[in-house]
Amino acid sequence: MAFKKLNVAILGTGNIGTDLLLKVLRSEVLHCRLFAGRNLSSPGMTKGSMLGVPVSARGLQSILDLKGELALVFDATSAEDHIRHAPLLKQAGLVAVDLTPAKVGRLCVPAVNLAECLDELNVNMVTCGGQASIPLAHVIAEVNPGITYIETVSSIASRSAGPATRINLDEYLQTTEHGLQEFTGAAHTKAILNLNPAQPCVHMQTTVMAKIAAPDLPRTREVVAAMVKVIRQYVPGYQLILEPMVEHGRLVAMVRVDGLGDYLPRYAGNLDIINCAAIAFAEAVARRRQS
Amino acid sequence: MSTDQPSITVCDATLRDGSHAYSHQITVEQIKAYAAAAEAAGYDYLEVGHGNGLGASSLQIGESLVEEGEMLRVARAQLKRTRLSVHLMPGFATIQREIAGALAAGVDLFRVGSHCTEADITQRHISHVRSAGRHVWGVLMMSHMVSKEVLLQEARKMQSYGAQGIVLMDSAGAYFPADVTAKIGLLASSLEVPVGFHAHHNLGLSIANSLAALQAGARIIDGTSKGFGAGAGNAPLELLAAVLRQQGYATSIDLYRALDAADLAGKLFAGSLPNSNGITIVSGLAGVFSGFSKPVQRAAEQLGVDPRDVFFELGRRKVVGGQEDLILEVATELARRAQPGAKS
Repeated sequence: MAFKKLNVAILGTGNIGTDLLLKVLRSEVLHCRLFAGRNLSSPGMTKGSMLGVPVSARGLQSILDLKGELALVFDATSAEDHIRHAPLLKQAGLVAVDLTPAKVGRLCVPAVNLAECLDELNVNMVTCGGQASIPLAHVIAEVNPGITYIETVSSIASRSAGPATRINLDEYLQTTEHGLQEFTGAAHTKAILNLNPAQPCVHMQTTVMAKIAAPDLPRTREVVAAMVKVIRQYVPGYQLILEPMVEHGRLVAMVRVDGLGDYLPRYAGNLDIINCAAIAFAEAVARRRQS
Repeated sequence: MSTDQPSITVCDATLRDGSHAYSHQITVEQIKAYAAAAEAAGYDYLEVGHGNGLGASSLQIGESLVEEGEMLRVARAQLKRTRLSVHLMPGFATIQREIAGALAAGVDLFRVGSHCTEADITQRHISHVRSAGRHVWGVLMMSHMVSKEVLLQEARKMQSYGAQGIVLMDSAGAYFPADVTAKIGLLASSLEVPVGFHAHHNLGLSIANSLAALQAGARIIDGTSKGFGAGAGNAPLELLAAVLRQQGYATSIDLYRALDAADLAGKLFAGSLPNSNGITIVSGLAGVFSGFSKPVQRAAEQLGVDPRDVFFELGRRKVVGGQEDLILEVATELARRAQPGAKS
């Protein structure tokens, strides 16, 4: 029997939404039934039309009108908008994959808790820095009990940070810190974000740092290497560039994320990783519904 | 002495920029003693806090010894005429946590900074401070990296968000006086709000550059007592006080008390006062954030590489303030390349 693809819609036709569209179009198990935004002449919408995808400028309403044909909606609008959208999507019985920092639903980091999220009607993809750092922080905390403080720093290319990211920096920090806390149990967490305008554009880099009284470095290196392999299954450009080391009383590990270069250039690993995570969740939902 | 020179607002950043020079270990006693001296010296503003501003106490930049709310309250208690200011960068500090805390601690002026091309990330923070009824300036950091036209465009954004002053920071100590004249000159003649300059001394030009800024129309000038600040330090306030007086600028500085404040800073921070050395000079040449000086020396020592090579490589990568984690990556990479048989 041929696989019946899961019908999805994408809400928001900015950088994130358009990159998601290209990833959905490549998916063997997802079908993009609708690409919805507010402006038919936006670059993303134009791209969608050119690719032959059904588009609408009537935003959420156009999705609700089609609810009988849809199973899942990616919301790539803004935190404010998602808070408004969430109850309506729920009422319509649609699974919401929230790419904003609205934190309405359960936090989903596929490398850590994909299976536990599959019954949720609303999942939040945390943040790009959260997707890059949380899996590492999670395993570091697992093998070094009693961690009280974990921190993550991400640097991204200025050109990869659109207006929504720039206006929502506070929410980015709060959501990333909240995610780190939830997935590590550390009492205190901190997130820092740097925008770097250098040309050629810098690739996304994320560092995880922890205060650990007596770190088990060999074991930490092992679990971090294993986790990087797991993440690479759905984020091919994820690579460890600084093995866990101890410097100045801190445990430090660093990764670089090269994007797939779908809608945005490869330096935009930040947009790529959160979208790859969202796709990994949606594909798992599709596979489960099929079986 | 001319009598028609304008009045200048003088900002004392000793207890903020100096945090970098002291690995963020400034004590309550030092804050108390120095804040009283800054008040006596008649500086218009005293800036207090972690070197990278509100919310920057971290493993990334270095943890502060004293919690930021306490630093602000201790300083606040010493100040009457001198107003209390903080530095903050979106990406480190949030409105709900750090700005709320600083408002509660009675901060008068918020200097909201971003890398010099990223002014739009300051919009919410600047508007929030304005709506809370406090003073707010915009700060463009690492401003040696872009043209005067780009700086003007970014400064205009901050002005449109509500900034009541714009400060250009020479965070890397990389400016020459002609750069200052061009950049400050354009901003001072184009903006509605006063313009300021914050110097670093990496190439030995902090006072020359500060004077160039004043001559080009700056009405706000930053300094630190004994130059106590990141890298090779800032424009020493005691020298600025002398220069301002000799050039006939009106200020509220009491010269003798300013000299006393510098002597006090010399005693309080003895052994940690910045000086020019091979590392700070290369840092200025490479155009790297002055705050990187100590962490670069530390990492270079641990990994057995030349700190000057680390600075040049960081400069080649055009790192910005806040990217201290890259120091370890660069030093590790240089150490790997230096191993016999390594591929570069």
